[in-house]
Amino acid sequence: MTKLSKNLRKALGLTALITALGFGVPAAAFCGFYVAKGGTDLFNESSKVVLVRDGDRTVITMANDYQGDPTEFAMVIPVPTIITKEQVHISSAAILEHLDAYTAPRLVEYFDDNPCDPQIIYEMSQMRKGATSSPMPIVQDSSLGVTIEESFSVGEYDILILSATESDGLQTWLKENDYQIPDGAGKILKSYIRQDMKFFVAKVNLEEKAKIGGEMLRPIAVAFESPKFMLPIRLGTVNSKGSQDLFVYALTKNGRVETTNYRTQKIPSDKEIPVFVKDEFGEFYKDMYAQTAKKEGGSGVFMEYAWDMGWCDPCAADPLSSRELRELGVFWLDGDRDLTPTQRRTMRPRPQPQAQNVFVTRLHVRYDAKSFPEDLKFHETGDKSNFQGRYIMRHPYKGDMKCEAALDYKKSVNKRLDKEVKTLANLTGWPRSDIRTKIDENGKGTPFDLTQTSDKNDWWNRIWPGDE
Amino acid sequence: MNGHNKDESRARRAFAFFVLDPRHYQIGILSSLIIIGISKFEFDLPLWHALACVGSALVTQFAGDKILKRKFDVRSPLITSLSLTLLLRTGSIWLSIAAGVLAIASKYLIRVKGKHIFNPANFGIVIVALLFTGAWVSPGQWGVAPLLALWLAGLGVLVTTKAKSLDLTAGFLIFYAAFIFARSLWLGEPMSIPIHQMQSGALLIFAFFMISDPKTTPNARTGRILYAGLVALLGFALQAFYYQSAGVIYALILTAPLVPLIDRFFPAKIYQWPQPKPKTGVSHDKTIQKLA
Repeated sequence: MTKLSKNLRKALGLTALITALGFGVPAAAFCGFYVAKGGTDLFNESSKVVLVRDGDRTVITMANDYQGDPTEFAMVIPVPTIITKEQVHISSAAILEHLDAYTAPRLVEYFDDNPCDPQIIYEMSQMRKGATSSPMPIVQDSSLGVTIEESFSVGEYDILILSATESDGLQTWLKENDYQIPDGAGKILKSYIRQDMKFFVAKVNLEEKAKIGGEMLRPIAVAFESPKFMLPIRLGTVNSKGSQDLFVYALTKNGRVETTNYRTQKIPSDKEIPVFVKDEFGEFYKDMYAQTAKKEGGSGVFMEYAWDMGWCDPCAADPLSSRELRELGVFWLDGDRDLTPTQRRTMRPRPQPQAQNVFVTRLHVRYDAKSFPEDLKFHETGDKSNFQGRYIMRHPYKGDMKCEAALDYKKSVNKRLDKEVKTLANLTGWPRSDIRTKIDENGKGTPFDLTQTSDKNDWWNRIWPGDE
Repeated sequence: MNGHNKDESRARRAFAFFVLDPRHYQIGILSSLIIIGISKFEFDLPLWHALACVGSALVTQFAGDKILKRKFDVRSPLITSLSLTLLLRTGSIWLSIAAGVLAIASKYLIRVKGKHIFNPANFGIVIVALLFTGAWVSPGQWGVAPLLALWLAGLGVLVTTKAKSLDLTAGFLIFYAAFIFARSLWLGEPMSIPIHQMQSGALLIFAFFMISDPKTTPNARTGRILYAGLVALLGFALQAFYYQSAGVIYALILTAPLVPLIDRFFPAKIYQWPQPKPKTGVSHDKTIQKLA
C-alpha cells in the first residue's frame, strides 16, 4: 500500500469490508416455462432476466441454472413479435454473474477507532460471488393452426418461433412434439394467442452442445421492438408449487424501472447488525428477504439495487465494462450507435474505463400464482436516485483505552449492540435469545463490562483526580 | 351546562362544515392519505414533492385571483395540488413546482364559455410527464391496506357529493370494470386478473378525486354519464392496446375538449360549489381563514 493511500485511509478513519451476495438460488427457469419430456418433474424456482430497454427497443437476456439432462430440457416463452435468427444471440453466463455480483446486496464492515487515540487503520476486502445460469431442445411443424414462423439454430439451441390460432391446436402440437404441457396451461396459451403473441420454443441441440462442451447451458438474448414492456410469468406459475424467485436486472437510460401493476418496494437497507452476521450473511439475507416478503403476504417486488452503472460505493464488484454492456444488448452506448458490426469489430478497443448513460435496477420478485395473477408490467421512471441493499457491521474497539472518553464510548457501544440485536431480530424473525447466544459464541461484538470502571469514572472523580 | 351546549354546537358546525361543501371532505381525505401514506405505508413520496406541489399551486392561485381581483379561495388549489402529490412522481423539485403552476394556470388561461377546459391536476400531470423524462405516474405503488382505505374514503366522497359526482365516479368505475372484465372473458383469463387490475391506487384516486370534478365535466346528468363512459373506454383502450399504464389519466385530458360539445347537446346549469348560507356562513368562513 502506498504512503499516499495509507494517509488517505487514515484520513477516512474507517475502512470497510464488503461482502456481496451473489444469489445461488437453486434450480432455475426462464420466465416462460420448462416443458419436460418423459414426465420429469421440473419446478421453476428462480430465474434471472436482464431487460435492456429504451423506447420500444428491448433486449431480453434469460438465464437459468438448469442442471438436468439436456435432452429433457425445453422452453416455451410468449414473445410480442416474430423473432428471426439475427435477433437471437447466445450470451455468456459470466457477464450475468458479474451483473449479479455488482448489484448484489452488500455487507459493509467498519472498525471503530480507539476513542483515546484517533485514527488507526485496518483494511480488508473480500467479495463473494454466487450463482450461475444456463439451458434447452427441438421441434417440428404441423397443421393444427400452428405456424412455424421461423426455425433456426443458435449456439447449442434449436429455436422455433410459433404462431397459433387456437390454444387447443398449440397444445396438441406441443404434445405431439413430446412436450408435456402442464394442466391449466391451455387457458393461458389461449389468452396469449388472442393477444397476438408468438411463442419462442427452444430445445438443446445435443451435437452442438457436445461441441461446445461444459455443463451449463448459456443464456439466450433476444432483441425485439415492441411497446410491451413486460415479462410473462403466468406460464411459469402453472407447473410450480409455491413461490418462485425472479431477478430482473433492468438497464435503461433515464432512471430506475418499476412494476406498474404491482407495488415495487425498497428492500430494508442501511441497517446496523451484529458482527457475527459476517459468517452467515447468506442466511441472514435469505431470512430477511423472506421476513420482508412475509409482511406483504409472502410475495412482492423488491428493489435491491438502483444505480448509475458508471460507479458504485461501496462496490460489491466493478461496474460492467462497455464490452459487457454491449454484450447484454445496451445499444445506446456513447460513440457506438452508428457503427455496423463490422466496423465495431475492426475498431481498436479504446481505453474506456466505465460505461456511461446506463442505469441499472435490480428487482427481486417473489411470486406465486395467487398473489401474482397477472404478468409483470414495467415502466422506466425518471428517478435516478441511488439505492442499494446495504447492511452494516461495526466492530467496537477492543484494545486498551485509557482516557475519560473511554467510558462514554463503552456505554454508547453497549447501547448500540443492544439496538443491533433488536434490528436483526426484526429483520429476520430470528429469536433474540438465539442472536445473543450467537454473539457470545462468536466472541466478537460482545458488550463491554462496565461494572469495574464505572465508580472511578463519575464526573466528580474527574474534578479532583489527585484525591485518594 | 353552557360548556356542553358550546361543544354540541361546535360538533354540529364541524359536521356541517364537511357535509356542506364536498371539497372540505376531499381535502381532509387527500391530506390524510398523504400523511398516513408517508408515515405508515412507506409510500415513496418525498416531503419536498408534497410541499412543492401544494406551495406552487397555492401561490399560482393567489396570483391569479389577485390579477383578476377575485377573492382567493384556498380549497380548490389545495385539492388540485394534493391530487398532484399523490399521482405524480418527479425526480426534481422544479418539476413538482412546474406541475403545480401549470395545473392552476390552466384554469385561468384555457377557458370556454366561463368554464375551464382541463381538470387542473390532470393537466399538470400530463404536461409535465409528457415533456420531461424526470416526471412519471406510478400506478402500482399502493399496498393492500392503503387500497382498502382508499375505497372507504372514496365511498365517503360519494356520500358527501351526493348525486353530483356519483354519475362520474360510479359511472366511470362501472364502465371501466365492464371493459376490463369483458376483455378478460374474451381472452379466457381467470377473473383474478381483472379484479387485480381494478385494485390500482392511481385508478381509484382518479375515479374518486379527479374525474369527479364537477367544474370540468358536463353539466347535465346524461352528459356526465356519457362522458364517464367515454373516458373509461379511451382509458381502457390506452391501457390494453397501447400499454399505457396511466391510460385513464391520458384519457381525461384527451376527452376534455369534448365537454363543451357535450354541454351543447345536453344543456344544463353550470355547477357552483355550495355557497355558505348566511346563518352558517359566519362560522364557515372563519374556519376557512384558519385553514388558509
